[in-house]
Amino acid sequence: MTSSEPGSKPTKHAWVIMSSYKDMAISKALNAGLQQAMMKNEKVLMFGEDVAELGGVFRVTEGLYKEFGQSRIFNTPIAESGIVGTAIGLAMRGYRPVVEIQFDGFVFPAFNQITSQLAKLTYRSEGAMQMPVVIRIPYGGGIGAVEHHSESPEAYFAHTPGLRVVTPSNPNDAYWMMQQAIESSDPVIMLEPKRRYWQKGPVNLDTAPMPLHNARVMLEGTQVTLLAYGPMVTAALQAAEIGAEEGVSIEVIDLRSLSPIDYPTIMASVKKTSRAVIVHEAPTNVSLSSEIAARISNEAFYNLEAPVIRVGGFDTPYPPAKLEEAFLPDADRILEAIDRSLAY
Amino acid sequence: MTPENQPPMLQLLAPDGTYGVPKGYEAYGKIIEGLDQDFLKTLYTDMARIRRFDIEATALQRQGQLGLWVPAIGQEGAQIGSGHGVGKNDHIFPSYREHGVALTHGIELISILKMMRGVNHGGWDPEETRFHHYAIVLATQVLHAVGYAMGVKLDGKVGTGDRDKDLAVISYFGDGATAEGDVSEGLLFAAVNESPIVFFIQNNQWAISSHIDSQTKVPLYTRGEGFGVPGMRIDGNDVLACYAATRLHMDNARSGDGPFLLEALTYRIGAHTTSDDPSKYREEAEVDEWKAKDPIKRFEIFLRRQGIGDDFFEEVKVAGDDLAKKIRAETFALEDPPLENIFNHVYTEQHPEIDKQRAWLEAYEARMGDHE
Repeated sequence: MTSSEPGSKPTKHAWVIMSSYKDMAISKALNAGLQQAMMKNEKVLMFGEDVAELGGVFRVTEGLYKEFGQSRIFNTPIAESGIVGTAIGLAMRGYRPVVEIQFDGFVFPAFNQITSQLAKLTYRSEGAMQMPVVIRIPYGGGIGAVEHHSESPEAYFAHTPGLRVVTPSNPNDAYWMMQQAIESSDPVIMLEPKRRYWQKGPVNLDTAPMPLHNARVMLEGTQVTLLAYGPMVTAALQAAEIGAEEGVSIEVIDLRSLSPIDYPTIMASVKKTSRAVIVHEAPTNVSLSSEIAARISNEAFYNLEAPVIRVGGFDTPYPPAKLEEAFLPDADRILEAIDRSLAY
Repeated sequence: MTPENQPPMLQLLAPDGTYGVPKGYEAYGKIIEGLDQDFLKTLYTDMARIRRFDIEATALQRQGQLGLWVPAIGQEGAQIGSGHGVGKNDHIFPSYREHGVALTHGIELISILKMMRGVNHGGWDPEETRFHHYAIVLATQVLHAVGYAMGVKLDGKVGTGDRDKDLAVISYFGDGATAEGDVSEGLLFAAVNESPIVFFIQNNQWAISSHIDSQTKVPLYTRGEGFGVPGMRIDGNDVLACYAATRLHMDNARSGDGPFLLEALTYRIGAHTTSDDPSKYREEAEVDEWKAKDPIKRFEIFLRRQGIGDDFFEEVKVAGDDLAKKIRAETFALEDPPLENIFNHVYTEQHPEIDKQRAWLEAYEARMGDHE
């Protein structure tokens, strides 16, 4: 891995020549990415619940109201369908709306506008209309929250033709993927790993690491491919570290994009290691891992030494916070799955 | 309800064709009195054309040429009147029964039939025509209209006083759609943003088989009040009232007066769609009562009283039959779309999965074609 790629600490040497590295938390990197996008293009608008003076409940839009004013960033009534529906109208008028859904579990009132309208308008109009709308959703568990604040709804959106779905796992990706999502002419669901908002890391302020929809090999390994995204990338890297100590060589891939999925990167790795384990927080039934496992069995069937193993949330509603530790996959659960894979 | 406790309603043309301006509605009357005879004839011609088109479309559906038809017979006054009241820069967000409004904004009628036949999902350019696509999921378009109007205001194209620059937005929906949350959210967003928009409800009194009495406990024109959107009821079978009210309130919206709601009281003479059988849920006597309030018939009486004679009405009839013939020929000439249209425009930017599936289908078709 080169020093310009995130997920790795820049070497001392890199700090000397790349003076524009900055350490940031993911939330701050998202904020800086939004600020860049709003500066570069005056058609970029930001709106949602409490995003203006307050800066959002997670402060991801902090300072933007002061810098850009009410005409560029504004609070809306607490009506998610209204937020997405008016974003569609604004996109029709030539704007590039970036809207915040306050929590994952609050996106469902907007589900109709997202899936039956936003996702389909370019198709319906045979390309006469583009829908450059970004929907930001803090998602996932692990913060001890009450019901509806810890969900992982990515499969609904990844299943919907017309949408693009991405999720950064580290500050550098947060900074760049936010800007790339806003530049996209297609609607993008930006899933922000809320329990990692405060996780810090280096951000290269000069150069985007890679296109929006590429997966990244975070850590090279030889024995098993571990696929993760969003908040689970941290857990995957922890598992790989423990695995390495125990003599297991784990290749960790951060999917980054959940629609489309970068299959060439996945297949190259699986063909090399012959084993795949997929991890996410969402319920495992009909999830991203279901699709990826099916695709691996199609495209790398003769390379596999073990069935694809999935580590996910249980097929239950998200449990009360005191039970979430047992619900959420972690490094131990991942390593247990890797042991099962290696046992074949 | 007795006539005494009926809500107030703007009517300029009574069902018997008598013109009169009720007290308090002088501004609307003034608009009508400024119209020339050619324009009045256009209103009639368009209503007659769209009705003839509607009859032909139903016939085409019955003959298997269309998957579905959505008749608008009885609503020509509301649609042609309001459609003509929309200004030259204004944008229109229809539901799926606004064939008359489409006609007034240069949408080729065959485009509507293409959609109903399954050739495409809406084959016109909404930016160029300013007539956006039909919305099948009720009330979704109301929020798009409000968002668009918010954008118009951000663009500084409201209330400048420059008629070439300013614009407003109109969103059409029916009585049934008012139950959807998107209408309430649309009213609220428009109100708090003081957006340049007119909400135009065609209350045709039947949401498929549900009567308006089971859809609302208050007259629909009052629905916006709690959100801060004033409204009024107009006679939807009176093309002049619909024209005048739309024009006046679109002018107001364009000038920066904020949103307004119009409820056009009309009646769906036909079925909800060609899949529906209204005899199962409503009395023929009710239909007859509304046929007596027909928008085209009453306007004909009005025009004849203006001295317009048989020649004109005969011309319109012949032109209608010609239109029907043309539409029939165009429908029969419609070609199926190419298979690649399954994949085109799912995304604007390149998408590897779609590309792969398109290539697969092409190869599959080519392979299977060889075996034929």
